[in-house]
Amino acid sequence: MSIITVRQALNDAMREEMIRDESVFIIGCDVGLRGNAFGVTKGLMEEFGEKRVRDTPISEATIAGLGVGAAAAGMRPIVEILYSDWITLAMDQLVNMAAKMRYMFGGKINMPMVVRAPFGGGGGMAAQHSQSFEAWFNHIPGLKVVTPITPHDVKGLLKSAIRDDNPVVFFEHKRAYTLEGDVPDSDYTVPIGQAAIRREGSDVTIVAYSQMALKAQEAAEQLAQEGIACEVIDLRTLVPLDYESVLKSLEKTGRIVVCQEANLRGGMASDIVAEIIDRGFDLLEGQPVRVGGLNVPMPYNKGLEEMVIPGVDRIKEGVRKALSD
Amino acid sequence: MVKKKTQRQVPKEHLDIHPCCTPFEVPEDIPLEQQLDMYFKILLAREFDTRVRELWMAGHISGLAHSYVGAEAVAVGACGALRPDDWITSTHRGHGHVIAKGGDVKTMMAELHGKFEGYNRGKGGSMHIADVEHGMLGATGIVGSALPVAVGAAYASDLRGDGRVTICFHGDGGSNQGVWHESINMAAAWNLPVIFITENNQMAVATAFNRVARECDVYRRAGGYGIPGVQVDGFNPFAVYSATKAAVERARKGEGPTLIEAKFMRLLGHFVADDQSYRDLSEVEPWWELEPTVRMRAYFLDNKLVSDQELERIEGKALQDIADAIDYAQNKATEPPAETLLDDVYAHGEVIQ
Repeated sequence: MSIITVRQALNDAMREEMIRDESVFIIGCDVGLRGNAFGVTKGLMEEFGEKRVRDTPISEATIAGLGVGAAAAGMRPIVEILYSDWITLAMDQLVNMAAKMRYMFGGKINMPMVVRAPFGGGGGMAAQHSQSFEAWFNHIPGLKVVTPITPHDVKGLLKSAIRDDNPVVFFEHKRAYTLEGDVPDSDYTVPIGQAAIRREGSDVTIVAYSQMALKAQEAAEQLAQEGIACEVIDLRTLVPLDYESVLKSLEKTGRIVVCQEANLRGGMASDIVAEIIDRGFDLLEGQPVRVGGLNVPMPYNKGLEEMVIPGVDRIKEGVRKALSD
Repeated sequence: MVKKKTQRQVPKEHLDIHPCCTPFEVPEDIPLEQQLDMYFKILLAREFDTRVRELWMAGHISGLAHSYVGAEAVAVGACGALRPDDWITSTHRGHGHVIAKGGDVKTMMAELHGKFEGYNRGKGGSMHIADVEHGMLGATGIVGSALPVAVGAAYASDLRGDGRVTICFHGDGGSNQGVWHESINMAAAWNLPVIFITENNQMAVATAFNRVARECDVYRRAGGYGIPGVQVDGFNPFAVYSATKAAVERARKGEGPTLIEAKFMRLLGHFVADDQSYRDLSEVEPWWELEPTVRMRAYFLDNKLVSDQELERIEGKALQDIADAIDYAQNKATEPPAETLLDDVYAHGEVIQ
């Protein structure tokens, strides 16, 4: 085991997979010479050359579409969108091409493509550099969506995503690059579609992912001092979502709080609660609760921004609400 | 390249209608046998889409189908300059591209009938027809959306060093999408082995190109990307072949992309049942005298290359092949089993609900 940062975990995962498989390459704005805006791909162009770590013009649609064409032709592209907010520019290629091509073609091709996209707010970067669009991709059959947060999961899931024969949208939280954690020294993967129980408890289940999974653990620790035992599930993957683990936990607690950083309307939490009602209504002993961002563009001012993004207190409120009836 | 002169000049009245009209100068590297094969493929594509229109009207084919009638010389001329392992990307008018790349009309007709034996197992239809085995990376229902895909296929070839080139067919409509600019710029920047062929039929759905663009000669845009741009008669398969061959040679040598504008006129409506109320069809009428099947036939006969009977035999075979394809699609191919509905959303049989 070594203690490394999320940034290093991402870099290591890509380096190891590029050594393992010559068809893996990286394209995106500033991924080469600069080593990515957050230093994630530092050193990779020097090691693998300009063709395998390619600096692109600022053309998100074609960066994504280039990935589609290369994947259809048998390569394993890692496409980087510098800030996930700009994935809007690449939506046609991701939604109408990457996600559907195998199905439309009757299974004639694979689409082994990873789209890495830094998401999330909290840095005072205002409305076009702070968003979380994961719910859009949850809606599209043909895509997988992963949102790991610890260095261990980030590395293991990025490796799984690169080896997967489907298009995987990989959201990394841009406030978490310096987060440190234990990572095995030998090759390992974390399977796509498996949640992790971060804390066991019998009173209420808190389901969260990415940065919110960390906040949920903090909330659970504080609530434990009040005698409330929360079970915290870090989903790690959103598509396919590990409902088995969620329902198993709900069986024990009967109460559930689902957290997301994105603004609440039309988000993952709504979808997860709806699925829980469909799949496990009888397990519910109280109303399911959603915790999420306010339905407002992200404001610049620090104080205002803090009001939008749900913090530990809002999760604690959610837990109390879930326990209230 | 030494050209065999077959027609000294294009009659003035042709040039009045079609300023890009060029004589059928046949490159010496196309033997007569290949010329006749090109003629056959053009006829096959023509008959395929002629019958598709009837079948659609009769309710045998659902959804949308877009005719390649009149554009056949572009696909057949261009693909004639390719190796079997080269890639092509297509448009929403993909039938001609499949045929030109060596695809099978029975399998394609079965797909248009939604059958399991079709190219896409009945899940794609006309607008997504794909023959990956023959290097045809699929038709697409979104105008311009295959441009980045072509750049990606070319990028894969460049990385692997496999010597393959990619032809990116697209229309004048596609040339006004943002990804057209991004794709050509990127391919040019990195000298990728891709040839961009604009099938300029001068109509984007119901809107004439000259109503939505100031510069209507698309090839002139090439200069803005630092790559060669050429314009050819899109009704002349040999002109398309020659231009493509030169571009393919450049691409294989690592000298980067070329933009070829094949100019002609859309002879029919946007889709098979389009009444074309938005244009004066009397202006389209003269173009029917210049379309490839008419001029090819005249070329073979005027130059006494083959007999009328031989041409009739080839024409008859094209008709018969399509009749057989329809018979296969309607009477022998089967409906997709219900249990295949969720197949291939994800790889290796994975189902996520």
